[in-house]
Amino acid sequence: MALYNSRRRRNIVAMGLAVAATVFGLAWLVLILGELLWQGFSGLSLAVFTQMTPPPGAAGGLLNPIVGSLAMTFIAVAIGTPLGILAGTYMAEYGRYDKLTQVVRFINDILLSAPSIVIGLFIYEVMVAQMGHFSGWAGAVSLAVIVVPVVVRTTEDMLILVPDTLREAAASIGLPRSLMIRKIAYRAARAGMVTGVLLAVARISGETAPLLFTALNNQFWSVNLNAPVASLPVVIYQFALSPYHDWQKLAWTGALIITLAVLALSIIARTLSAARKSS
Amino acid sequence: MSIAEYANSAAGNPSAKAEGLAEKISVRNLDFFYGDHRALKSVTVPLYQGRVTAFIGPSGCGKSTLLRVLNRMYDLYPNQRATGLVTLDDEDILSPSQDLNLLRAKVGMVFQKPTPFPMTIYENIAFGIRLYEKLSKPELDDRVRVSLERAALWNEVKDKLGASGLSLSGGQQQRLCIARTVAVKPEVILFDEPCSALDPISTAKIEELISELKDDYTIAIVTHNMQQAARVSDFTAFMYLGEMIEFGETSTIFTAPNDRRTHDYITGRFG
Repeated sequence: MALYNSRRRRNIVAMGLAVAATVFGLAWLVLILGELLWQGFSGLSLAVFTQMTPPPGAAGGLLNPIVGSLAMTFIAVAIGTPLGILAGTYMAEYGRYDKLTQVVRFINDILLSAPSIVIGLFIYEVMVAQMGHFSGWAGAVSLAVIVVPVVVRTTEDMLILVPDTLREAAASIGLPRSLMIRKIAYRAARAGMVTGVLLAVARISGETAPLLFTALNNQFWSVNLNAPVASLPVVIYQFALSPYHDWQKLAWTGALIITLAVLALSIIARTLSAARKSS
Repeated sequence: MSIAEYANSAAGNPSAKAEGLAEKISVRNLDFFYGDHRALKSVTVPLYQGRVTAFIGPSGCGKSTLLRVLNRMYDLYPNQRATGLVTLDDEDILSPSQDLNLLRAKVGMVFQKPTPFPMTIYENIAFGIRLYEKLSKPELDDRVRVSLERAALWNEVKDKLGASGLSLSGGQQQRLCIARTVAVKPEVILFDEPCSALDPISTAKIEELISELKDDYTIAIVTHNMQQAARVSDFTAFMYLGEMIEFGETSTIFTAPNDRRTHDYITGRFG
């Protein structure tokens, strides 16, 4: 009985510590989100989505950075997703037992956790310095470099979760491996793979460092990807550090827009993976 | 020497000869290796055309391994290899030039766990057919219906062909897998413990099905259930520790086995 009571006491202490740690972590999150909502919502208006970034003291919005962010994110995903899915497919389906796959997985994990500023500097060297000017393309490519390892990882993980019995069943009716992958394995892993791409989008939509060195910024309306392009994170960075109150206000609003967009993506990703589990 | 001659001259064949039956598949001196581990030791056994052959033996005796050689399923994995002679209609299926997809279309397989594809019931069946045949929509519908009838599943699913194959019960899923296998018109069907995940009623249905299918197909079934082997098979092969101990007509094996180990196994003394 004494043994049981001491176990009970230890359980209570451990439980208390766990709850305290959770509350501590969540409190900061709530404070950050609360401040963001408080500051951001008051600046939210139609003008934010219809007008260009203003000079200090004038009225304006965030249309050019929103469009710039959307365009660069779209291109980054368009470049990164096929590369990532093909590489992940090779690793899970063709080269699962190869040395090469282990090497690629190791390097991919390093890339996955590489500081994004290093990626920005790399693209600065190979694109911006060569072309002689900052550009939206360079920004998109640097974001694509961030997308690839995320998609490689989730694609491989999701395909490995597809049971071998399903592959054997496909093979047992004479299905060639390429068709088995496209029609059976992808279908079984689809929700997880889409989730991976959405997570990659969420990841790059807040990236500032790689864009600073590549797409730079643009105060004016421009859809020319050969020229510097504005993006939400860089505009937030610039406006938040400025001494002007209205710029700071717009920075809060921009931060709120990114947060809500990422939140929406996360919810979609969650819903998809929940659908996968229930099927 | 032709393959057939070689097959007939194979020494040390413990098999009882069944007169007047054609050997659809013939296994001669088959060795199988998982890496360095020798899982099958010089196995020789025939599969007779239009008959059901049951493979029994304790876990790890190599019966599932043997089945997976017959459609080269082991080829999906590295470090697994088979040596010896395995022929299907006198064609060497272990040959490196053997087209595995065509082989597997001819030698279908039903697995221990039901494995419906993540698609509709209709697509589960139609998918395999479309691989090898170009059929019009009505022809395809017809083949799907016939296949499901063959697997005694049509009446249960005819009103929900568009539902996911995964929505069916375990026994229905297993019959769906049998329908899928039958749909591509194989010549041989391999059953790898097809009932071990099913309840007794579903098991009875599958067994009944196997008996009906043997008119058109050559069937091999691996089972842990000796009553099942006795009920559904014409021939029985007893394996132990990777060796083929005894092969013969099921009635003989279960009433008057030659080998002491066969006798001990079927009377439940080990395994």
